[in-house]
Amino acid sequence: MQKIIKNGMVYDPLNNIDGEKMDICIEDGKIVESVANDAEVIDASGKIVMAGGVDPHTHIAGAKVNVGRMYRPEDSKRDVMARGGGMRAGSGFSVPSTFMTGYRYAQMGYTTAMEAAMPPLLARHTHEEFHDMPIIDHAAYPLFGNNWFVMKYLKEGDLDKTAAYAAWLLRATKGYAIKIVNPAGTEAWAWGGNVHGINDPVPYFDVTGADIIKGLAEVNEMLGLPHAIHLHCNDLGHPGNYETTIASFDVPKNIVPKPKYGDRDKILYATHVQFHCYGGTNWRDFVSAAPKVADYINKSDHLVVDIGQVTLDETTTMTADGPMEYDLHSLNGLKWANCDVEMETGSGVVPFIYAAKAPVPASQWGVGMELFLEIKDPTKICLTTDSPNAGPFTRYPRVMAWLMSNKYRMNLIENELHKWAQTKTTVATLDREYSLYEIAQVTRATSAKVLGLSDTKGHLGVGADADIAVYDINPETQDLSAEYMAVEKAFSNAAYVLKDGEIVVLDGTMVKPDLYGRTYWINTQFKPEVEQEVLVDVEKWFKQYYSVNFENYPVQEDYIPRSVPLLGDSVPEEISGKEPAAEGASK
Amino acid sequence: MSEIILKPKEQPQVPLEAENISPDAFAGKNIDEIKNIEIWHGNKQVTLSDFFDVEGEPSDDASDIKIIIDGDVSNTKRIGHGMTAGEIIIKGDTSMYVGSEMNGGKITVEGNAGPWAGRDMKGGELTIMGDAGDYVGSSYRGDWRGMSGGVLTVYGNAGNEIAEYMLGGKLIVKGDVRIMPGVHMNGGTLIIEGNVIARTGGEMKGGTIIVKGVIDEFLPGFEFLGVEKGIEVDGETFEGNFFKFKGDNATKGAGGIIYAATKGNAHIAP
Repeated sequence: MQKIIKNGMVYDPLNNIDGEKMDICIEDGKIVESVANDAEVIDASGKIVMAGGVDPHTHIAGAKVNVGRMYRPEDSKRDVMARGGGMRAGSGFSVPSTFMTGYRYAQMGYTTAMEAAMPPLLARHTHEEFHDMPIIDHAAYPLFGNNWFVMKYLKEGDLDKTAAYAAWLLRATKGYAIKIVNPAGTEAWAWGGNVHGINDPVPYFDVTGADIIKGLAEVNEMLGLPHAIHLHCNDLGHPGNYETTIASFDVPKNIVPKPKYGDRDKILYATHVQFHCYGGTNWRDFVSAAPKVADYINKSDHLVVDIGQVTLDETTTMTADGPMEYDLHSLNGLKWANCDVEMETGSGVVPFIYAAKAPVPASQWGVGMELFLEIKDPTKICLTTDSPNAGPFTRYPRVMAWLMSNKYRMNLIENELHKWAQTKTTVATLDREYSLYEIAQVTRATSAKVLGLSDTKGHLGVGADADIAVYDINPETQDLSAEYMAVEKAFSNAAYVLKDGEIVVLDGTMVKPDLYGRTYWINTQFKPEVEQEVLVDVEKWFKQYYSVNFENYPVQEDYIPRSVPLLGDSVPEEISGKEPAAEGASK
Repeated sequence: MSEIILKPKEQPQVPLEAENISPDAFAGKNIDEIKNIEIWHGNKQVTLSDFFDVEGEPSDDASDIKIIIDGDVSNTKRIGHGMTAGEIIIKGDTSMYVGSEMNGGKITVEGNAGPWAGRDMKGGELTIMGDAGDYVGSSYRGDWRGMSGGVLTVYGNAGNEIAEYMLGGKLIVKGDVRIMPGVHMNGGTLIIEGNVIARTGGEMKGGTIIVKGVIDEFLPGFEFLGVEKGIEVDGETFEGNFFKFKGDNATKGAGGIIYAATKGNAHIAP
């Protein structure tokens, strides 16, 4: 089936296309050079065309997301959709149910979204939730930063074993990237404490956050993974934490990127940096350190960051940073869920209200915006809200409108935000406005590239997946800075969204809600003989400490409806012993 | 004042969900339009006239409308949900959520009401002449922001966990209540004229609870502040002697007050 999107203004930073009027041709789910005359025509005159959005960091599936859904019925009530038009019923404002998550992403023109924290032990549950998430391609990042095996091998200085274990765990959990959350801190929390910088050792294992970041960064390149190490720094949300942030960024800087898949050129992906840019010593003398962190990023070429923009909503915070969630619960007094995942990681969940009139949330909003506006090169930025931590992903269109309109921001700063946004941050003095090209960069191009998926994602060149969003925005007739509400609305409800060449959204409404995305995962092995040694430890510790049997732990490939294994295609699937499911097999 | 009379035909086995029985929904509609107002019967949408005979004189102004439900609606939920003005009189029993999220106006239930009466109530007057169920004047499941305004009066008994997470307004129970009245309470006034089984004000941080009857078991997290004679709360005077407690110290920032009548409560004084 051939299609052609005619006359749209195309924004495609990976191919240096900036608002050019051109046609996009589609055949068999891919973008092609040309199509026949009888191809189905999609008229995009007076509209803009971008690749499908790629969200590199969101929390949409798995244990703690589900805890968020279960223990916040009052959040479910704030966004309820009835069954209809082939769509399932759903609910949830900050933590929508699985089906609704897929619909909501698609309506905004997003076609790829990555679950950024998967406890390895709970991988099966995470994949099960992916089963019920329509449209979006996805992957999940297993947590490595507080894992006993990782800490043991790093303590022994054995990078080979660390790499072999990491490769095995990615394969066993069908995971995609090395995720590090509060390295050493979540393990310290299991002992009733936390670490406060990258040089505090974790109890018993006696390795520091810096050791873990450096070790795993090296392992990442030994394995040649498509994505950079995905780091949530220590000391999240605490005044004075920016020094730890910059020191953490510095740890892996001299390592050379060697991806075996994709063309990533960065070594480090630092997430929700907004929460890591605070100066001062407490919330009274607090001041934004975003300009200092932005300055470091401007001068460095080894990292990409995502912002974690606060959206000023009532939301649900959830992170594998257990001690941080306890601090938050102590601060706001709201209900708190805490979880320890056997030898691997932990997590916490707390509701949070980012009230515009409250001093700290107003400043946090300012810090996020400062980062967006002060980091000069948008190829180093991904737009996120760390959904749902700083705000739900359904607010991305609002963040885009804030970036594109100084008027929108000043309106908010002058009329709605607490004055701390002006006195504690420099946001009111910044008048930069993002162009549509830069919006496409921070929502598609940068993320696809740093994920190592820019071969098929985040652009509209020939050979890319036909994941395309058409928005009812006309830069030739509209003043986008002045008409910010129209921009927000257009980005919330795409005129057309195509997934693998199929029209799934039309005028903001789902028209094909029963299409399911791919699961990307890493199928690699590092030195089989070392892996054999590692598995001796793993099996021993499973018998001793885990509540599941070793044989029940790995997620079989036939558990994944549209499996896309990357790297070493010759790795034996020793666990399931089954043929890999065919690409394109439907649910 | 315009009067609209709803005569229930028969209460179905599967409950009706009738948040549209409210002066706000009736305002500006003629009788035929009111008959066609949609309510839910389980998961099916039906019209008001499927389950009620409707007659009376409509009005454009909600505050001018008095709805009289002339009979038993013991399996109809959410009557008067979110109403802002006007009046509803229920001349029988009703089910869950009567007056939930009510903002203004007046509801009188002449019979008994189910659980969650006046849940998240913000204003207006809700009066239940008979008994009420659990969670009267409480918050929505999971929420920490319950009833914040208005006056809710139960002439009979009420169930467990009434005034849960209450923030403001006044809740009066003339009869007895079961366990945990005022649990997590943060503001407002809860007056219990009858007896309480146990755990009054568990984890409360603010607000005032007055118990005129007997509290069987009292929580240990309350600090005894002494005996007061004839207290005044919210401009209302209560005769007699009261033990005064502050708590619940089991939670952070405890600043709730409980007055318990000295009569019958000697066992809870220190």
